[in-house]
Amino acid sequence: MTDPSRDELASQAEISAEITRLQAGATPGADHPDRGFTAYRSATLRHPLHDLVRADPEVIELVSPVYGHTDVAPQESDLTIQHSGEPLGERIIVTGRVLDGEGRPVRNQLVEVWQANSAGRYVHKRDQHPAPLDPNFTGTGRLITGDDGSYRITSIKPGAYPWRNHRNAWRPAHIHFSLFGTEFTQRLVTQMYFPGDPLFPLDPILQSITDASARQRLIAHYDHDVTEPDWAIGYRWDIVLTGSKATWMEGEHDDHA
Amino acid sequence: MTTPDSTHAMAARQTPSQTVGPFYGYALPYAGGPELLPPHAPETIRLHGTVFDGDSEPVPDALIEIWQPDAAGAVVAERGSLHRDGYTFTGFGRAAVDGSGHYSFTTVKPGSARAGSAPYILVTVFARGLLHHLFTRAYFSDEPAANGADPFLAGVDAARVATLVAERDGAAQYRFDIRLQGENETVFIDYPLSRRA
Repeated sequence: MTDPSRDELASQAEISAEITRLQAGATPGADHPDRGFTAYRSATLRHPLHDLVRADPEVIELVSPVYGHTDVAPQESDLTIQHSGEPLGERIIVTGRVLDGEGRPVRNQLVEVWQANSAGRYVHKRDQHPAPLDPNFTGTGRLITGDDGSYRITSIKPGAYPWRNHRNAWRPAHIHFSLFGTEFTQRLVTQMYFPGDPLFPLDPILQSITDASARQRLIAHYDHDVTEPDWAIGYRWDIVLTGSKATWMEGEHDDHA
Repeated sequence: MTTPDSTHAMAARQTPSQTVGPFYGYALPYAGGPELLPPHAPETIRLHGTVFDGDSEPVPDALIEIWQPDAAGAVVAERGSLHRDGYTFTGFGRAAVDGSGHYSFTTVKPGSARAGSAPYILVTVFARGLLHHLFTRAYFSDEPAANGADPFLAGVDAARVATLVAERDGAAQYRFDIRLQGENETVFIDYPLSRRA
């Protein structure tokens, strides 16, 4: 990799100016990040310059792998019980539904999550952030969605952490999610954020989603009905995967309504 | 019929992608992930290659997933992609590249899923720096007739078709390098039914 040395890193002001400029030139209303959003420096050499080529999906692309409890044990959705002691930090519950673009639940599908600990440190050999590891927290979990598309994890609120994109760069606290839909083309890897984080406007990864309302869809809501007395703070976050017919069927439904 | 509930849900817009980041390595790879078939089974092939960036440097932190039908071209619907039992072919595999950007799967060569289309393995690329994953297809160099008749390949710029073809480089081994950007950039695929942007 050609990561610049520390001396050559841009300032936050320079990165923020790039974010503003790149967003001003973006396609309005885009759901997904611009792969060429180079305020996120690692994107510079890792995004295709050619347009994607359209393909009609074949059968294999219209189905997904099948998962079940042969693959995932129910307790794997609780990231706080993987060691002998309790992890440090603010215990949280994150719950919601996985839906397709037509609002149908994505049933019995695999959800994988991973995150930093409460100090902002990942259990990963490449994470050099000088924050403590927690011997009682690994930060990985997985589950199979319910018949209503629901998921629920118990965890610890992750900390923000510094990275080398630019000088004094900090990632807002987030949980990584990996999702499968009913069709492989619905595959999604994303990050869930916590409401009210002052780092949002400064972060080129979140801001690579150039549409403001699309960015909001990655931010969980605090939900007091999810919060459990004397136990954990609750957040709700629904995930919408593309429906195979999301683009065509809206018009068709209108015609037949 | 459109119920009020589904009308509301239809208004829901898609959740955006974000990069897999650098730290998936302790979360997503799993035991047996690259081995859809055991390495030394008689019908096993190896699909391998290197992921390169726009400077033709290897990408040491990419994650590759494959998804494919069986040898007869039939979709399998077996559970157990995360829990290899050594017997069941599920059609899904996942491999992190090594420090030199190289990945390797052992699997079965898929059959063609329908008459007139060439067999291929669907390949998905995730990486730090890649804000939204990329799909591509690995066709096979020893299927020239099927590839020549394939309607998708026929529509691809002739100068770029070779980037979609895994080259046979051993008795039962195919090499499929993935170039994210620049010279010989791999053809990446978009599906009309699954993308709004």
